[in-house]
Amino acid sequence: MFKNFRISSFLDRIYNSRKGSAEYYIVLRRIIITTMMILTTLPLGIMIIINHFQYRNHLRNELIAPIITMANKTKHSFELLLEARLSTVRFIATAYTYEELKDSQNIKRILSSLKNEFGGFVDLGLIGSNGILESYAGPYPLLGKNYADQTAFQETLIKGKYISNVFLGHRKFPHIVVAVQHLNDDGQTWILRATIDTDQFDNLIHSMGLDSKSDAFLVDNQGVLQTNSKLYGNTLETCPFKIPSNRFESHIFETEAPDGQNVLIASAGFSAANYTLVLVKPRSVVLQSWYALKTELFVVFVIGFSLILLTIIQITNSLVRRLKESDEKREKVMDELQHSQKLSSIGRLAAGVAHEINNPLAIINEKAGLVNDLLDYSEPFSNQAKFKLLVSSILQSVDRCRTITHRLLGFAKRIDVKIEPMDANVVVKEVLGFLEREALYRKIDIRLKLFEQLNTIDSDKGQIQQVLLNLLTNAFAAVADGGVIRIETENFRVSGVRITVSDNGTGIPDDIIKHIFDPFFSTKKEKGTGLGLSISYGIIDKLGGTINVFSKVGQGSDFVITLPKNPEHSPEDDHDQEEHQDTAD
Amino acid sequence: MTKKSIKILLIDDEEEFANTLAERLELRGYETRTAACGEDGLDLLSKERFDIAVLDLMMPGMNGLDTLRRIKSDAPDMPVVLLTGHGSTREGMEGMRLGAFDYLMKPLDIKDLTQKILSAVAVSDGVKK
Repeated sequence: MFKNFRISSFLDRIYNSRKGSAEYYIVLRRIIITTMMILTTLPLGIMIIINHFQYRNHLRNELIAPIITMANKTKHSFELLLEARLSTVRFIATAYTYEELKDSQNIKRILSSLKNEFGGFVDLGLIGSNGILESYAGPYPLLGKNYADQTAFQETLIKGKYISNVFLGHRKFPHIVVAVQHLNDDGQTWILRATIDTDQFDNLIHSMGLDSKSDAFLVDNQGVLQTNSKLYGNTLETCPFKIPSNRFESHIFETEAPDGQNVLIASAGFSAANYTLVLVKPRSVVLQSWYALKTELFVVFVIGFSLILLTIIQITNSLVRRLKESDEKREKVMDELQHSQKLSSIGRLAAGVAHEINNPLAIINEKAGLVNDLLDYSEPFSNQAKFKLLVSSILQSVDRCRTITHRLLGFAKRIDVKIEPMDANVVVKEVLGFLEREALYRKIDIRLKLFEQLNTIDSDKGQIQQVLLNLLTNAFAAVADGGVIRIETENFRVSGVRITVSDNGTGIPDDIIKHIFDPFFSTKKEKGTGLGLSISYGIIDKLGGTINVFSKVGQGSDFVITLPKNPEHSPEDDHDQEEHQDTAD
Repeated sequence: MTKKSIKILLIDDEEEFANTLAERLELRGYETRTAACGEDGLDLLSKERFDIAVLDLMMPGMNGLDTLRRIKSDAPDMPVVLLTGHGSTREGMEGMRLGAFDYLMKPLDIKDLTQKILSAVAVSDGVKK
């Protein structure tokens, strides 16, 4: 809102400024581009950011859930394995009597069949209620060893079963111990203890089918590795991660691996033993699809942004350019309007003044003329010559004033242009109508050659009449009685008109022809105002046409007017005429 | 036809101008009557016969062009020379379209006027013959 307000006030400022410099348009362009960029890219950006987070959360859940599931499934497999081993040992304890187990031949046979059937069993021992190993089958010389003080023994007695942490056995193979307590009907209690190697554990981990960057292993509740880890050390080394040791629960969290990589860790605590299954996956692997999506989002954003930017710049450029053009056009029209209004008001003022002065001037002219006449007709008297001189001076001054008032009226006359469709042939005939009497009287031969399919043009009929009248008046003045004046019309270029007025009169000398269109240049001395041709030139120029003269002394003159289909809007400058020069060919 | 026999009707609202011009024309041997407005001029025209009328186009009341129309209907054969205070040729042309012989701009040169009068009378005589 606020921004819009600012922009509109800024636009107003620009618009109302007549200074309209290039700088204004640069600033305007910049502001439009910035505003449009903000208005278009802000929603896009917000949308992309929201999408980004939503996708991330969604994908993370999608990607993380399987990891936890996998961890739990594997944990479950481990538990099943352990439970199976435990059950086996428990079954043996139930199936055989204490005495049978105490027999070393029996126990060895049982171990051998265990090895055959289940695999992984290393040894089997019978511990009495006092904690002494009473019977043993296996590779170690353990017979008679007292387990009474060991926590394992105590735990077995309390819980009825026991699964140890991993330890390295005699042959440096990792093992675990499984023990079950058996209570027979006589109230006699004893413990059957079996050692199992952990090859089965590795098999289970292999069966998870992890990729090369991921890892899975077991740790105990002290964070000691219970299986070999591909990346984080061998059995019984300390795991580099802090694993929550809660039993029965699974966790997932992110942390940094010793190599600086961000990893995702899923942990699942065993219920049957002090084990936690740990699944380590590098974040990059987990979020691979997310990164791909993110890249796609980014690419879409960049492409979209570029397209928007490009479009906005293009649109703004053309907008500002058009604005500038229309401003310039408007300014030009305003200037022209002002100019013509100024000229028009000057013209009216001039006409008013000239007209007011003209009447008293006419009276002065007549009075002085009468004095002059009376001087001519009177008897000679003293100072008569001086009176004559004074009167003639008055008459000369009146003449000068007349020149000025006519010039002012002529100027006023040229201001108001009335454009209408015009047939030049008709105009020529009308003008000739005014001169027919004089032509008849002076026996001047007027020859017309009017083109019948003449273009109709838009022009000021009255002004063209005045020009033609000026030219014809000049031609009449130039030819002797009985002379020839030709008027010819024809099409000029595609839609224009050319009017030629030729006479076989005196012609115009080269030194005069240069000044023929200059204001106040006259060869008729006191008779002419010297404005006829300069006004004609001004009119034709204003109507968008040209006027040219070709003359040879003694042979006559040709005045050629060309007029366009429409008057072009060129600012009229009265002084143009003075710069104009025509040369005879 | 000689100067003596040419009788001029001068119609101009500016009496100082008209009277002085009349006196000058009289000095040159023309018989001249003046009228201060179009109506007076037409009155005179109905009573007397004139060879030519000199008519100012800018007059209060009945203006020059209206007067010209009336003159042309009352005395179609009599030539009329127009005087105009305007620098414009437009009114002059309008007048000529209505049948005036020629027009002159004020302030005028007496020689121009007498020349036009003589031409006009000569042409009208020629037409009459």
